[in-house]
Amino acid sequence: MSDSIASTAGQLPLATAAAGHPSGGSVDRTRFHVLHHHPENGTLLGFWLYLMSDCLLFACLFAAYAVLGRNYAAGPTGAQLFNLPVVALNTTFLLLSSITYGFAMLESQRKRVGATLVWLAVTALFGAGFLTLELGEFAELIEKGAGPQRSAFLSSFFTLVGTHGLHVTFGMVWLFTLMVQLARHGLTAANRRRLMCLSMFWHFLDVVWIGVFTFVYLMGVLP
Amino acid sequence: MGEPSNLQTLLLGRLGWDAIPIHEPILVGTFVAVALGGLAVLAALTRFRLWGPLWRDWVTSIDHKRIGIMYMVFGVVMLLRGFSDAVLMRAQQAVSFGSSHGFLPPHHYDQIFTAHGMIMIFFVAMPFVVGLMNFVVPLQIGARDVAFPWLNNFSFWMTVFGGVLVMISLFVGEFARTGWLAYPPLSGIEFSPDVGVDYYIWSLQIAGVGTLLSGVNLITTIVKMRAPGMTLMKMPVFTWTALCSNILIVASFPVLTAALALLSLDRYAGTHFFTNELGGNAMMYVNLIWIWGHPEVYILVLPVFGVFSEVVATFCGKKLFGYSSMVYATVVITILSYLVWLHHFFTMGSGASVNSFFGITTMIISIPTGAKIFNWLFTMYRGRIRFEVPMLWTVGFMVTFVIGGMTGVMLAVPPADFVLHNSLFLIAHFHNVIIGGVVFGCMAGINYWFPKAFGYRLDPVWGKRSFWFWLVGFWVAFTPLYVLGLMGVTRRLNHFDDPSLQIWFQVAAAGAVLIALGIGCFLVQLVVSWQKREELRDHTGDPWGGRTLEWSTASPPPDYNFAFTPMVHDSDAWADMKRHGYVRPLEGFVPIHMPRNTGAGFVIAALSAACGFALIWHMWIPAALAFVAMLTAIIVHTFNYDRDYHIPAEDVIRTEDQRTRMLAQHV
Amino acid sequence: MSAHHEHHAADGHDADHDGGAPHSTLGGYATGFVLSVILTAIPFALVMGHVIADPAWASLALLSLAAVQIVVHMVYFLHMNARAEGGWSLLALLFTAALVVITLSGSLWVMYHMNHNMMPTMHQMHEMP
Repeated sequence: MSDSIASTAGQLPLATAAAGHPSGGSVDRTRFHVLHHHPENGTLLGFWLYLMSDCLLFACLFAAYAVLGRNYAAGPTGAQLFNLPVVALNTTFLLLSSITYGFAMLESQRKRVGATLVWLAVTALFGAGFLTLELGEFAELIEKGAGPQRSAFLSSFFTLVGTHGLHVTFGMVWLFTLMVQLARHGLTAANRRRLMCLSMFWHFLDVVWIGVFTFVYLMGVLP
Repeated sequence: MGEPSNLQTLLLGRLGWDAIPIHEPILVGTFVAVALGGLAVLAALTRFRLWGPLWRDWVTSIDHKRIGIMYMVFGVVMLLRGFSDAVLMRAQQAVSFGSSHGFLPPHHYDQIFTAHGMIMIFFVAMPFVVGLMNFVVPLQIGARDVAFPWLNNFSFWMTVFGGVLVMISLFVGEFARTGWLAYPPLSGIEFSPDVGVDYYIWSLQIAGVGTLLSGVNLITTIVKMRAPGMTLMKMPVFTWTALCSNILIVASFPVLTAALALLSLDRYAGTHFFTNELGGNAMMYVNLIWIWGHPEVYILVLPVFGVFSEVVATFCGKKLFGYSSMVYATVVITILSYLVWLHHFFTMGSGASVNSFFGITTMIISIPTGAKIFNWLFTMYRGRIRFEVPMLWTVGFMVTFVIGGMTGVMLAVPPADFVLHNSLFLIAHFHNVIIGGVVFGCMAGINYWFPKAFGYRLDPVWGKRSFWFWLVGFWVAFTPLYVLGLMGVTRRLNHFDDPSLQIWFQVAAAGAVLIALGIGCFLVQLVVSWQKREELRDHTGDPWGGRTLEWSTASPPPDYNFAFTPMVHDSDAWADMKRHGYVRPLEGFVPIHMPRNTGAGFVIAALSAACGFALIWHMWIPAALAFVAMLTAIIVHTFNYDRDYHIPAEDVIRTEDQRTRMLAQHV
Repeated sequence: MSAHHEHHAADGHDADHDGGAPHSTLGGYATGFVLSVILTAIPFALVMGHVIADPAWASLALLSLAAVQIVVHMVYFLHMNARAEGGWSLLALLFTAALVVITLSGSLWVMYHMNHNMMPTMHQMHEMP
């Protein structure tokens, strides 16, 4: 995301300047102008709005799964395919990565670049674990002949879970980029904003995953 | 994909010499004309040494004003393309009766109506409204730029490169033959195995990213960057409608992205979302695409409601009647627009309960819209109306749009819709609201804000000619379609057997000619106004006696828009300032913090278009390379921390002194 | 030069305030994490232990737990509250939530009726005139 042009500061009325230059005449210039105006930085709000749009993208994929998720086309069902212990492990990884990202944020508030980087690395490790398990699950399903081409159920399953996985992948790319930038420039205001944005992104993916494991996996194995 | 692929197919995919349509004389003629025109432009750029200024001042510009202007230019160019499609269709339908089959075979005709619809919505109407919002909103709220200036430039180029892909489809391969929303199963791989639908998908996906980010940008701008004192209920109405329109963009474009992504998975990966076998359900696509599609209508029309509100208040010389009811009506429309999508497919068979619900919500949405019409009428009532060109467009809009709205309410009644759906009545209805609403509104906006953008007014004589040709031409072109639709003539036909219908199509074709004259007059208006620019010069910055902040600064505004951020006390902030004896500050200037230009947006958008083109033609290696390059470019861009600078106080003083001298000369 | 001075002043100000970014605490993260673990463990246990026989009730229980967990994540991890960004974040979230509900329930409603009317089962087809 681009950083906003303006920085945060209060507004100074023009009073002092006008007092120094009586040419303003009888008209009170302070009624019309402020000398300095620095609008608040919009990066966090803008990124949040982007996340909301991403949320609606996922809503469509969930809707597709809700509508098509029981169209097995005489193929395998969720109850036959899903391996809940693996899903539980995956969920654990993602949850742990959320809390470790939180630790990174706490360290960044204490202005400790090294510790922040360590916790970000741990987060990346859990993220990588999550992706490895997910790719393993996908490979196993495809090997069993339960690939995305088998039925509408599997198409919508792979797309929904895969889109989440793709988001995690891009989150990892971003994470590595940000680690380089932190190591290079330290905890500047711009970098802390970026850290904050990635934090929102990462926790947002965790929220989406709550929907996935509940709606797709757990409800999918119900009779 | 199953067979072992050699290097050539990995590199070139299905692209070969047979993709160039040399057997189609119309396309070859167009290509020659475009190529010659393009060469002439390139030669002129080189001859007059304009490459440097073009790159520095426009392509890489992150100034919201220049980006807004570029959106409008792009919209005009694409309007010419989309309108030539319309002329081809009108001509074909006027002559293709009985034994005559006209000049367009179905294969070509189907591409034309698909391209016409898709271009007019995504690459004409959208750039026009986004361009107006881009130019006007920061000026109206007293800001110096948008919240994310770089992103603004990137959004613009994504939109343009989406349009570029559509244009390439004219000469390399072909376009979709599916209608503008590409319903499956027709748009699936089984029935559209060629590249047409892929062009459609990737151009929309690329332009869609641009539109979405532009929406995020403008919402953040309006929320965060308003001048001090400008509370929500003191925002100009255009800014309000822009806010609501951008909320709709952020909330609906992801749905389009998702629907198109699922369709592309069906086409590229063999999934079964919308296919006829293995559990797919084509109706789900229709459901999803209209969850986006209906809010899209309001994305286009809300900002022009804002334009009309500004124009009416200015040219009647009084405050807009019912400001707060206007705001609430806009907000209500924003929310209701999410509850009506099924009225686009009543006949698909959801049954009585579902159809009744969506029929009723659709009728309800006409209430806030009607309230707006009355607000404009009451503003005019006992106002001192000046019938300048923007006001003419506004009055033309009010008459035309009300009729279009009423035929819309007719279509909202499910039993009536069962009779009229898929007919030319529907075509007439939505052209009635989109031309009568969006196009008229954009023309009003262009005539209204042109002096602000360029420092001189548009020539009123040619403006009036353009308006009357458009207005009359619209009614001559589309009234016959209402009649034909009531007779049961369906849309998207390239041949008719019943000779008694021909006269109606001939009248409609004559209407298209009148509209062509209207567009021609507009282009002449631009040229004539440029020639007479000294005569039409706006020295004051406030040529119409405007009421909102954009008129308080110079025309064209300096790079920094306002030397001092204005303080707002009223919804018509500039009118309020004038009333309280505002005097332009002449000293005490300070340096101004501004964003810096960058070419990153252009480069990333170009790479994404290259990636899209490679995917369309199944050129897997180039697609992968372009994707990696795009990702790298994005990452490299994030390493650029040096994104702004200060305009020194001396420069501000020089610019402002210049204006002081100019004002003194022309009082 | 005064311009230079102001630039730094603005930056210094920025560094202190972070543009209104929320301040995280260890307690908040820990609370959120513990609650999340519990709210994740319960649904997995419900399903893997076949605790609720009726699938409708089981679904309802799972969805309610998910809803609670989403709120927990929003509050403790995403620091959502009515004050963030002057209330605009929460407003955007509520608006989005409403649209998610409309999209999901609307699609299901529309498509269920469509399937019911347009894709009759073999049994219904035999009863047709």
